[in-house]
Amino acid sequence: MAKNIAVIGDSESIKGFAAIGMDIYPCDDNENAPHLFRKIADGDNYAVIFITEEMFGLVEKERKRYEERLIPAVIPIPGVKGNTRIGTKRLSSFVEKAVGSDIIFND
Amino acid sequence: MTSFTVKNNRIEGVLRRFLDLVRENKELREKIERELVECNNHFVNASAVMSKEALDASLMSPKQRIDLEISSKNVMSVDIPQFSSSTRTSNEGDIFPYGFAFTSFELDDAVMSLNELLPDLIRLAEIEKSCELMSAEIEKTRRRVNSLEHVMIPRYQETIKYISMKLEENDRSSRTRLMKVKDMLLDKAHHYSEHYN
Repeated sequence: MAKNIAVIGDSESIKGFAAIGMDIYPCDDNENAPHLFRKIADGDNYAVIFITEEMFGLVEKERKRYEERLIPAVIPIPGVKGNTRIGTKRLSSFVEKAVGSDIIFND
Repeated sequence: MTSFTVKNNRIEGVLRRFLDLVRENKELREKIERELVECNNHFVNASAVMSKEALDASLMSPKQRIDLEISSKNVMSVDIPQFSSSTRTSNEGDIFPYGFAFTSFELDDAVMSLNELLPDLIRLAEIEKSCELMSAEIEKTRRRVNSLEHVMIPRYQETIKYISMKLEENDRSSRTRLMKVKDMLLDKAHHYSEHYN
């Protein structure tokens, strides 16, 4: 079954994604973020969920449930507030988990 | 081949693939983060020349939609996702959900640059999820190898040593028993002890 792409974040950062065919879920209220995220991730309509770095940190507990599943892929992207490098840190944590120490990002 | 060497070889295979993937992931992510910041700048510029309401209204009813077909690929017994995307309409102009008359060209730039980034974004999702799944699987296998190497195998070696010592001990005791019996039988038949005493 074909699935779609969802984008979660503050409305300023994500409104452009609607034009290129993704479903956007603006969330300007931080407290509502975990609830919204679960609703989208459990809905089974989305293979990929792009989420702004700011929101990504807020839904940490909820994300854990989907870590070992094939989909949805939850991917942090920078929002208008700039790049906090969460994505790169996350990647380096994968290396650390697999290899035991980070051999790619520490240079 | 023992299961230990199999597991060790497997971990090396997955690890090599994983590190290649992580390197690709790193480059792609850096590129995307750079370009997304650029896109956001375009949007900020657009919102500077247009009112917020006009900007929201022009993006409100998108014509384009992306469908993702999902399949999975097995890399050394780890399932990783593969996405193939198709857009609802093939017309490239359909990324602009508004008429050009009342919108700024900055908005066109923003939407266009975002659209160019789309294949990269999908690829990023694919490999970043793969990295996540593979790192979890590698960690699990590594734990298993570790427990084999440091707990299970030494324990079995200890057991092997114990059993072989027991068997040797049994062997020695039955040998001495036989020698004793032989002595006794010979003594009974030939009365050696009487001659020597």
